[in-house]
Amino acid sequence: MSTVMTKAINLKLVRNENERSEPEVQKEVVYDTKGLNLWYGETHALKNINMDIKEKEVTAIIGPSGCGKSTYLKTLNRMVELVPIVKTSGQITYKGKNILDKSFRVEDLRTQVGMVFQKANPFPKSIYENIAYGPKIHGIKNKKILDEIVENSLRGAFIWDELKDRLNDNAYGLSGGQQQRLCIARCLAVEPNVILMDEPTSALDPKSTLRIEELVQELKKDYAIVIVTHNMQQAARISDKTAFFLNGEIIEYDKTDHIFNNPADERTGDYISGRFG
Amino acid sequence: MAANNKNRMSVSEMIEQQKQKRKFFNQLERLVPSLLLIIASISVLTTVGIIYTLFAESVAFFRNVPILDFFTGTVLKPLSQNPEFGVLPLLNGTIISTVIAMLVAGPIGMMSAIYLSEYAPDNVRRVLKPLLEILAGVPTIVYGFFAFTFVTPLLRMIFPSIEATNILSPGIIMGVMIIPMIASLSEDAMSSVPNSMREGALALGSTKLETTFKVVIPAALSGIVASFVLGISRAIGETMIVAIASGSSKNFSFDITGSMQTMTAYIVEVAGGEAAAGTTIYYSLYAVALTLFVFTLIMNLLAKYISRKFREEY
Repeated sequence: MSTVMTKAINLKLVRNENERSEPEVQKEVVYDTKGLNLWYGETHALKNINMDIKEKEVTAIIGPSGCGKSTYLKTLNRMVELVPIVKTSGQITYKGKNILDKSFRVEDLRTQVGMVFQKANPFPKSIYENIAYGPKIHGIKNKKILDEIVENSLRGAFIWDELKDRLNDNAYGLSGGQQQRLCIARCLAVEPNVILMDEPTSALDPKSTLRIEELVQELKKDYAIVIVTHNMQQAARISDKTAFFLNGEIIEYDKTDHIFNNPADERTGDYISGRFG
Repeated sequence: MAANNKNRMSVSEMIEQQKQKRKFFNQLERLVPSLLLIIASISVLTTVGIIYTLFAESVAFFRNVPILDFFTGTVLKPLSQNPEFGVLPLLNGTIISTVIAMLVAGPIGMMSAIYLSEYAPDNVRRVLKPLLEILAGVPTIVYGFFAFTFVTPLLRMIFPSIEATNILSPGIIMGVMIIPMIASLSEDAMSSVPNSMREGALALGSTKLETTFKVVIPAALSGIVASFVLGISRAIGETMIVAIASGSSKNFSFDITGSMQTMTAYIVEVAGGEAAAGTTIYYSLYAVALTLFVFTLIMNLLAKYISRKFREEY
């Protein structure tokens, strides 16, 4: 195991030890996945997934490429259905309702579950319009309220001070890291309950990555965050729980320090110590 | 190796020998850029020549007819005893037929583009788009007699007083002709909007329609505007359909069920008729052609301005 990683994990251990001394608050389950199977045509991409995700926690999903981690994330807001050949079985309960039920209105789900993508995807509009887009499509027209939402969202993503004087500039003039934080702010503007992040820092430099990670730590005070990452140190640094996916199955899902220090399954240990993947 | 090929020259010797023969090609190589420049300038020179001729002959026309009378005159009587050359009836015919065509082609073309780019399953798109483009390959003369022999009688059921030659029917048919152009070009523009933007909008809880109208179309707007302008230019320049189906009445009126003449149809009529070289009516051809040219030029400049103003860069 590399020294950097050992250090990261040790830090994590110390922190978790401190946290453990605080009284454990009962956290509400946001997502409850039971017996989820998913096929892309004939390919069985997710096999019997059982997993619950709690509020005010960061849940990391790690695993090698093609293990189904992004697919699972996209199932949580049903973006996976953009691929027309997808079939699912099983259920995912979000706040007491099965979201895989076809009668569930997918727009309502996505309004409550924000998503941040691997590559920042701002709209080719001004910074202001990017943030105001979400509230506007949901019927908020009052300019004063929109101004307030834009400011609060940008503050929430810790990017207000950088951008407050250029709200009318095109979002594509921003750096990659700023664009990604803008996308997070855009997501905050509709006040979701959950934020899904699909490798949000994989296209960013270390400094921007650090800022996003700090932001995730802030956001988890109010939101449930599910983050898919290729970067195991990142999972160790920022998550409370980690799920290890392999070939469409969950091999192990536990507290992050358990996964990284005391994995129950040999394959988990092999993966996090860099023996494959 | 070399021992095996004793009878043969070495490769470098052969290259040396060939060099002599290649001298001609080397010289040609040096001439290629200038040759290509000459060939490429043919089209530019032709355009310059056309513009020069238009201006030169128009000047001759404006010596006989005051320029102000030409552009503000509502009476066009080229063949009468006291000929009058007001271009407004022709301009009016051109604008009205173009507006009718765009009222047909704009919405239908746009809706088709939205369906093809955002809603149609892959296999439907693969069949529909080429089919649509076949429409663009129908010769305009066919559209012309179709307007005359089919659409006009059909319109008579709605407007009993419609004339046998009228501006409405060729206007509609020109619109039909332009639909594939707008649909195809707008579809290209919309399809090239990255999927990540659609995903971003959908992930915020937009419906598909909201995503299309608030994200995809704004992002593709410059291409869409370009397709509309091409459509308008096509309608302005269209000749055969109006020459056949809209008659040759040179009245300055706004009655779309009546006959009107467009600039292009006037040129056809005069050029194919009795205009002797050097007469005023002959020169009027050039003046009308110049007006047509300036008209489309303004359209194109306007389009450039609009698409630059509305472009959402990504």
